[in-house]
Amino acid sequence: MQDIQTAPKTSKTGLKQKNGSLQMKETIAGILFVGPMLIGVTVLTIIPILATFMLSLADWNFIAGFKDIRWVGFDNFERLFQDDAFLKSLKNNAYFLLTVPIYLAVSMFLAIIIDKQVYMKSYFKVAYFMPYISSIVAVAIVWQVLFHPSAGPVNQLLLSLGIDNPPKWIADPKYALPSLMMISVWVSIGFNMIVYIAGLQSIPRDLYEAADIDGANAWNKFKSITFPQLSSTSFFLLVTGIISTFKVFDLIAILTKGGPISSTSMIVWYLYDTAFVNLKIGYASSMAVVLFACVMLITLLQWIGQKKWVNY
Amino acid sequence: MTVKNIERIRRGVITVLMFAVSVMFLLPFIWMLSASFKIEADVFTYPIQWIPTKWHIIENYKEVWVGKFPFYKYYWNTVKVTVLTTATSACVSALAAYGFSKINFAASKYLFLIVLATYMIPHQAILVPQFILYRSIGFFDSHLGLIFLSSFSVLGTFMLRQFFMGVHNEYMESAKIDGAGHWRIFWKIAFPLVRPAVATYAILRFIWTWNDYQNPLIFLRTDNLYTIQLAMQKFTTINGEFYSLIMAAAVSAILPLLLVFIVGQKSVIEGIALGGVKG
Repeated sequence: MQDIQTAPKTSKTGLKQKNGSLQMKETIAGILFVGPMLIGVTVLTIIPILATFMLSLADWNFIAGFKDIRWVGFDNFERLFQDDAFLKSLKNNAYFLLTVPIYLAVSMFLAIIIDKQVYMKSYFKVAYFMPYISSIVAVAIVWQVLFHPSAGPVNQLLLSLGIDNPPKWIADPKYALPSLMMISVWVSIGFNMIVYIAGLQSIPRDLYEAADIDGANAWNKFKSITFPQLSSTSFFLLVTGIISTFKVFDLIAILTKGGPISSTSMIVWYLYDTAFVNLKIGYASSMAVVLFACVMLITLLQWIGQKKWVNY
Repeated sequence: MTVKNIERIRRGVITVLMFAVSVMFLLPFIWMLSASFKIEADVFTYPIQWIPTKWHIIENYKEVWVGKFPFYKYYWNTVKVTVLTTATSACVSALAAYGFSKINFAASKYLFLIVLATYMIPHQAILVPQFILYRSIGFFDSHLGLIFLSSFSVLGTFMLRQFFMGVHNEYMESAKIDGAGHWRIFWKIAFPLVRPAVATYAILRFIWTWNDYQNPLIFLRTDNLYTIQLAMQKFTTINGEFYSLIMAAAVSAILPLLLVFIVGQKSVIEGIALGGVKG
């Protein structure tokens, strides 16, 4: 890209023309500056999302090449909602939503304590933030070992506490999903806590001072000041948290591959499995459309809800 | 006892309690570190030996780094991909952010809205077309392709735009009168003013790219191109029974991030708190 010079000086009679050419230069400069971003977004996001919609109407195996593409209308969607494996994945996604209020509550509690009540604040911030910055693969592998059914430290501890038949955790269809949810809570606390601490710091101090004068106790202060003042932060974290549960993939891919007996299959995992293992491109795309619709719906609710339910 | 002293004691007690909780929270990391120092036979002894009785640090880490499945190769791949992605993404975002905030052109507002709207699209919803696209243009199974995939960040553009909007126009007007074009104003005036924000974004992008598992999994196939996250998983499959080695690999994968985080701690936490940004 080269220097974009402003127009040379012109006489007063040419003012209008000068403005026009200046505007032209600004437009060219603007396009050049935002150009790389626009091209990237168009090629890597906008065209692909349109392609997803188109492919969701097709029956196509990737290996067969474009000429074997068959257009089947909404058949994929009809199949999708009779597909037990997909419905099971959706149900697991719904269960996973439970993690959000749990880690929000824990994070808010920790944030309130760390913000006001402790020494060495930055140590605590770093400590709770560790799982967030650590690679999810490393974290998942450590938990895999810790949860090892026979030799793992978690079950060793349970055995030594006199529990005879400790659960097999991620190897047990009944406990696999809760185990993943536990890990997910552990990973998410740091991020949410940091945002809550920032939220707490923006609460005006005089609210608390006034409450002190009125003789309010800690619980009353929390109920009447802290919690309502944090409502916009909570709402934001709730929405991003819900959206991120729709995107859970790494933990499943590393730890369980959707098993045992599809007890941990979730929508993105099933999509991945269908597209990249079974190569059913059209069917996977219809799942992608459902995923897109879910995230869209939540985002829309956020827009509406922000105006209605949040105290500022 | 004065009120101040009571307050101090209370604070101290809560700090100690919270410290205990944080140690519980960090136990998986402590276990990982300790296991990576041990001989294999001691990894699962119970009660857990937090401090190994027989040290095996050099042997374990040597095996991981230059052994049969040498980590230095995957480290280099990851450093390359991460640094280039971070640099490209920061440049593209900064340019676009400047364009959207400081250059007054007709379609600016609409183009920005379109870019912003794409942020709502979950990445997994477009994986399949991206994969097909990459296969057909030869970007599949290449570092270049992987770098491009995360180089056009809506989040980065949005974040930096907020900061550029905070730069007063007077600075630029005077430069414009002196005959400077946007390209020079950008580099000489606007960019230096928002450098801290760019650094914050760059650190976050570094962490996200280093930790990225999904993109390499889908867009890389050749062993030699693997990033550390994929290599870790492969390593686990190969060394299924050698947990001391696996833990040494895990420590190696986390360490650089820990360093980046400790160095850039303030900007990371500020960046996260600022917009509550994620992934």
